[in-house]
Amino acid sequence: MRTRATTVLLAPLLVVALGACTQAKSAGGSAITVDASDDACTMSTSTTTTGDREFRITNTGTKVTEFYVLTEDGMVVSEVENLTPGMTRSLHVTLKRPGAYKGNCKPGMVGDGIDAALAVTGDTITTDTDPKLEAAAGEYQAWVSAQADELLIRTAEFVAAVKAKDVAQAKSLYAVARAPWERIEPVAESFGDLDPAIDGREDVIAEGLEFTGFHRLEKDLWVDGLQADSDAIADRLLADVTTIVEKSKAADLDGLKIANGAKELLDEMATGKITGEEDRYSHTDLHDFAANWEGSKKGMEVLKPILTDRNQDLVADYNQAATTLDGLIAAQREGEGYRLYTDVPQAEIKALSDALTAVGEQVGRVGAALATQ
Amino acid sequence: MPGTTREELTALLRAWTKATERMTLGAEAAPGGVAGGNPLAAPADTGEAMGLPASGLTVTIGFGPSLFDDRFGLADRRPEALIELPAFRGDALRPERSGGDMALQACAHDPQVAVHAIRNLVRIGAGRVSVRWSQLGFGRTSSTSTSQATPRNLFGYKDGTNNLKAEEPELLERHVWVQPDDVPGAAAWLAGGSYLVARRIRMHIEVWDRTSLQEQDATFGRRKLKGEPMGGSEEFDEPDFAALGSDGEPAIPRDSHVFLAHASQLDGIRILRRGYNFTDGTDGLGRLDAGLFFIAFMRDAHAQFVPMQRALAAKDRLNEYIVHDGSALFACPPGIDADDPSDVWGRALFT
Repeated sequence: MRTRATTVLLAPLLVVALGACTQAKSAGGSAITVDASDDACTMSTSTTTTGDREFRITNTGTKVTEFYVLTEDGMVVSEVENLTPGMTRSLHVTLKRPGAYKGNCKPGMVGDGIDAALAVTGDTITTDTDPKLEAAAGEYQAWVSAQADELLIRTAEFVAAVKAKDVAQAKSLYAVARAPWERIEPVAESFGDLDPAIDGREDVIAEGLEFTGFHRLEKDLWVDGLQADSDAIADRLLADVTTIVEKSKAADLDGLKIANGAKELLDEMATGKITGEEDRYSHTDLHDFAANWEGSKKGMEVLKPILTDRNQDLVADYNQAATTLDGLIAAQREGEGYRLYTDVPQAEIKALSDALTAVGEQVGRVGAALATQ
Repeated sequence: MPGTTREELTALLRAWTKATERMTLGAEAAPGGVAGGNPLAAPADTGEAMGLPASGLTVTIGFGPSLFDDRFGLADRRPEALIELPAFRGDALRPERSGGDMALQACAHDPQVAVHAIRNLVRIGAGRVSVRWSQLGFGRTSSTSTSQATPRNLFGYKDGTNNLKAEEPELLERHVWVQPDDVPGAAAWLAGGSYLVARRIRMHIEVWDRTSLQEQDATFGRRKLKGEPMGGSEEFDEPDFAALGSDGEPAIPRDSHVFLAHASQLDGIRILRRGYNFTDGTDGLGRLDAGLFFIAFMRDAHAQFVPMQRALAAKDRLNEYIVHDGSALFACPPGIDADDPSDVWGRALFT
């Protein structure tokens, strides 16, 4: 690979700023200059105040270098990379909280680098709660509530069909009843021990727990035929769903929880659905896949007004990846629902998986975007 | 991936170049990538190479024939010789282990460093490219320098005794590097580059292991311990194809690997082999899924690899013990210009 030869690009003007700096720093005006050589990292001051600061870094050494502003525990506040010998670059940083920060020069771009202490005093810069975030949480909450209602209605219909021994009807209602569940799964799952009772799969039930819920009835309907205790299992499913619906409607959600939920739904698709293991008897996995996706999309939809303010690129990248996945899922539609997963060719499963990875990388950026203003 | 645009592809090549430069220096794929970023964001570097040295990491990029269709406006940039390899007798190629629009090859002294490079580059490409196949190899099988002892393949034989060497610049120009006259006009971006042929060659290890030494030697045309050609006495002795054994037959059998692959039998054709051994666990029947991940560089695959492989596929006694189950051809552009900080992978191809 490239080893950069000494690029002669001198910027001699900077030295002038040195004297003025100590006075200017409290006013937040002049830049803090950094002399980054091969064996030293010298800043024009070791104290400053909170607020917007500019660092002017000159590489006076012979190696390509980097300059970081780090918090006390080593988190990168900001950095500038690829400073070739002789080059000067500016770095604008908002120091939000007082504390023991440090500058860090990294000649050769590897190793621990050379620290230069920077004590930051002054008040913490607070930012107001974004009213759009509260609006987003409210909107998502209302949607979860509506899905929870839907879940209860559809589960009741499914349970009624099971108890009426109408296997054909029950089979046709199974995937329909699961859809609202899959849309709000992260919220529902947060209520702990009811999740395995409602949605546990035969092989992941912990020792001592009974195999109940949707998948037990799925197995009865598609493989074993209705059993003596199928009615009791159905009754219990409805009771458990009723409880979780009440809890879900009262869940306390914020922007970060919505973002994490949007990611968890994608992770669920990538690990549980793309493998075809979720609905192993009915092979209706694509219904669950699509419902997970709808839930994840809803989370992103309510967050978009905030994200558009903070990181437009992220929204654009997400939209593009989401459009691709939308198209691939739409192509799997068949009649009222989706193709059986066993009928989907491997190449199409790979395309779904690739599209899912692309969306997941973007949704993975959302939490950090919400945390920075 | 479907829908990826030319602009996205060039942006990806820029991002790849930057991350690769960092990693080849032993740095994180991005500044503060392992644990210095926003705690609410996924780390920009996956972290498993943290604290490890650069380990001689090199990354090579290659462009496959399929990249030059109508998706990226490259149709008129395809060098004439960049067309898929033909089928060879006995091939059992699996599509999921063959072909591809682009290739990334990471080599390092430590496999953890090489895998880290590929993993992070793949992640950077999410949504724009997806992995068609990958193969991890170890223990390079061919010496490519006179300073290296000849390594052995998984059959236990020295491999690459007669390989082209870095110390033979004239031979490299003639057999390995694409010359300007080879790629006139719009294909000139490949001048100074090379073609990479990759073949996943599964070895029937257990069958080989119960084969007599005499048969093993006769299959290769070399003796196992020192690697000398049959009828010779030292590894680097020139094979004497005229020599006869005590039975009056040629000392080096006419269906041996060395005979068939030798330049003297192929109108002077030579290639630079740079293969690796691989084991991918077992095959479900308890047999090692192992073999040789053949990688070779050459000036024109269709003028060099193809006639060589045709001869081997037709007659090589080694075919009893191997099967080719993956194949790909890529054109690798010349390396990044060390004196130009703005140079990126594929710049000459996309401008």
